[in-house]
Amino acid sequence: MLEVKNLQKIYPGDVLALDDVSFTVEPGEFLAVIGLSGSGKSTLLRCINRLIEPTAGQIIWNGMDITKASQDEMLRIRRKIGMVFQHFNLVSRSKVLTNVLAGRLGYVNPLMSIANRFPKKDIDMALAQLDRVGIANQAYKRADELSGGQQQRVGIARAMVQEPEMILADEPVASLDPVLAHSIMSYLEKINQEDGVMILCSLHFLDLVHRYADRAIALNEGKLMFDGPPDEIDDEKFQDIYGKEAERIG
Amino acid sequence: MKKNRSLLRSIGIFVVIIVAVVVYAFAFSVTDVDFEATRSEERLTQLTRIIRALAHPDIIEYDKEEVVIEVPFHIPCPEGGAPVYEIDQSGPYLIVDPPCAGPKDFVTINGYNFMPDTSGPLNFIPPSGAKLQIGNFATNEEGEFEILAELPNRQPVEEAQAIRATSRMNVGSPRLSPLAWSTLDKILETVFLALLATTFGTLLAIFISFLAARNLMEDVKSPLTSVSLSFLGWMVGIAIGIQVARWIGQTSENLAESNWILVAGILVSIVLMWFIFRWAVPPEELEVPKLGVRIARMVALAIVAALLLFTINFIAYIGFSVGAYLEKELGSFGFLGNFIYQLADILRMTTPALTAIAVGGVIGSFGGRIGQRVSDHWSPAAVKIVNIIVSGLAGAAVFALVGAGIDWLYQIGDLTRTFYIPAAVGAVIGIGLALWVTPKRALPIGSVLYTITRTILNATRSIEPLIYVIIFVVWVGIGPFAGALALGLHTTAALAKLYSEQVESILPGPLEAVTATGANRIQMIVYAVVPQIVTPYISFTMYRWDINVRMSTIIGFAGGGGIGFLLQQNIRLLDYRAASTQMIAIAIVVATMDYTSSAIRKRFV
Repeated sequence: MLEVKNLQKIYPGDVLALDDVSFTVEPGEFLAVIGLSGSGKSTLLRCINRLIEPTAGQIIWNGMDITKASQDEMLRIRRKIGMVFQHFNLVSRSKVLTNVLAGRLGYVNPLMSIANRFPKKDIDMALAQLDRVGIANQAYKRADELSGGQQQRVGIARAMVQEPEMILADEPVASLDPVLAHSIMSYLEKINQEDGVMILCSLHFLDLVHRYADRAIALNEGKLMFDGPPDEIDDEKFQDIYGKEAERIG
Repeated sequence: MKKNRSLLRSIGIFVVIIVAVVVYAFAFSVTDVDFEATRSEERLTQLTRIIRALAHPDIIEYDKEEVVIEVPFHIPCPEGGAPVYEIDQSGPYLIVDPPCAGPKDFVTINGYNFMPDTSGPLNFIPPSGAKLQIGNFATNEEGEFEILAELPNRQPVEEAQAIRATSRMNVGSPRLSPLAWSTLDKILETVFLALLATTFGTLLAIFISFLAARNLMEDVKSPLTSVSLSFLGWMVGIAIGIQVARWIGQTSENLAESNWILVAGILVSIVLMWFIFRWAVPPEELEVPKLGVRIARMVALAIVAALLLFTINFIAYIGFSVGAYLEKELGSFGFLGNFIYQLADILRMTTPALTAIAVGGVIGSFGGRIGQRVSDHWSPAAVKIVNIIVSGLAGAAVFALVGAGIDWLYQIGDLTRTFYIPAAVGAVIGIGLALWVTPKRALPIGSVLYTITRTILNATRSIEPLIYVIIFVVWVGIGPFAGALALGLHTTAALAKLYSEQVESILPGPLEAVTATGANRIQMIVYAVVPQIVTPYISFTMYRWDINVRMSTIIGFAGGGGIGFLLQQNIRLLDYRAASTQMIAIAIVVATMDYTSSAIRKRFV
């Protein structure tokens, strides 16, 4: 279980990105995080694996306070948290397989990994995950030779070889076309349902939220505006989240 | 209003023009611009001579065959006219008309039956046998020539003197002149000098560039406890490392009596290292191992490191024997032996330094971890007390080091002034820092390191290799080695800067992604940074090699070996034909380098 309590993040220059945000996520839940650009969705997700240091508040995961973890402990926490990014964040000049194996770096011996040696078991696991997202035949291509949808699948495979208990997906489909968006979301759904991995996914489109998420939270200027099942987002809630001028489409 | 402004504008433009004129006038006067000199006839002749010499580089020579033909001649005409000489017309022969004349008279000299299209000097030979040149001839297709020559002004002599034609002809195939050979020799030296400087410079610059990259260093932050303990750890580690390396070096020197012991030692060590390493470095771990296991592993790794040191020393000693043997036996390929010998020497020379750095790094990072742990888990008051102690010690150590440096430079030799006072001042500053800084606060130590590295790089880079050469010539003597060291030093600084700027411009996304998987810092650099910088690094290295080749052509001017030495010598000797050969060699090499490097760059980028 993940408990976020009174989380606050102030960027240099007194920019309040997260303002007293609290919510909980049950194991195996698919949580959508919605809100306008700049509402603090990315900051929230990155605070959970401390790519961004929160200013105040607690994040308690499996009984451990992530915000208090030392650097070494953080490495061990991070390897159980997969992350998927809007711009895929692959190393474009490396092979697809190498990109996926990067997900094992928290587990393998640092000395061996520097020499680019991975245990056979890990390579098999990486190939199996690539197979699962349907691009096993691309494993030895360079990452930048793949299309956008394929690259995001590599990103998902990289998160999956971490054998994660939680996946943070930061706008995973925002730079893909709608058809690809559904294909990527259905992989996340599969991971969530088959492997029971908790997923926190920030999304732009409400129809995707309705289709995939068990629950949604909404942020507006760093404040939590909504927490509940996606069906409950009515017109009034919608305007709370997206502002008075926003109009519902789709 | 509008009129006013346009007036002001005009005045402004006028002032700017006046200032510009004055500036340029001053520049002309300072640089001694004198176009009259460029037209002076005397200087123009000299210039023509030099340009013509430059246009005749001394590259190719032939074997020459000389044919010498003489005809007797009287100055002045003897009484009763000149005697008629029998002329052998079967070979080349000369006919002078008239057959005798007074000094400074003009005569027509005809040559027949010479080889076609040859040339040579015409000389007047007085009884003394001296050669007085009266002209040059060149034969036509039939092997004939006709020349109107002025006779020299001679004292009257009774007996016959002679007019001699020496025809020179190139025989055999053209070959490179000795000068061309020596130029070739030196230009090769130049290219390899540049190669070595670039290689060593690049290797060093790669490591330094990470320290000088703002985006990598900026988020390296540690609490004061960790920084101080890490620094103290480094100092202790370096001291221990030097001692250990020295002891191992001595021991292996004693063992180096027999090559068989060395070979056996290497084999045994490699096998041992392999097994211990396999045990101490498991491929993958899900749980944090127990403290006892971790200590046992550390001990095992220390043993591996010691074995590795022994092995390196053994390899170096074998390299000495093999190198010396090959240098004697291989004849003209003896340089391969010397190469092995020198590589072995590099190994032996650098191991103490590398060991010191390695041990320093291990103990330093160990200290840093302990500091981090203390800072994370102890109460603020306790951390503050620890900080006061360790920061005081670290401050004292820093200032004692500075004191030692000053003592070495200025030979003060007074311990109170170079050790006790600096150490005390350092301790006070360290304690002050510990009192001032909030305990547990992470200090931007990365930025501090970044600034220091950048400053050193900029200072090193701002001095030209030509000036470094002067220092290195004093150290290792005149020659290409001094040049390679000077160029290497400058290359390190310049490349480290270029590289680090490249690191600063990489995409941050992959760094974030690899960090998010739980990778540590070094893994992050290897997996997310390195793939992004390989291409620009190669491209910059080629560019730098290009620069180094050009620099190495002039580094010889200051005694740094290479072709510059020859070029400078020939210019001083006014041998412009030789200098021309060397300039052509430089041009060819630089052009080839340029072409090659752009071809290679195109392939990698």
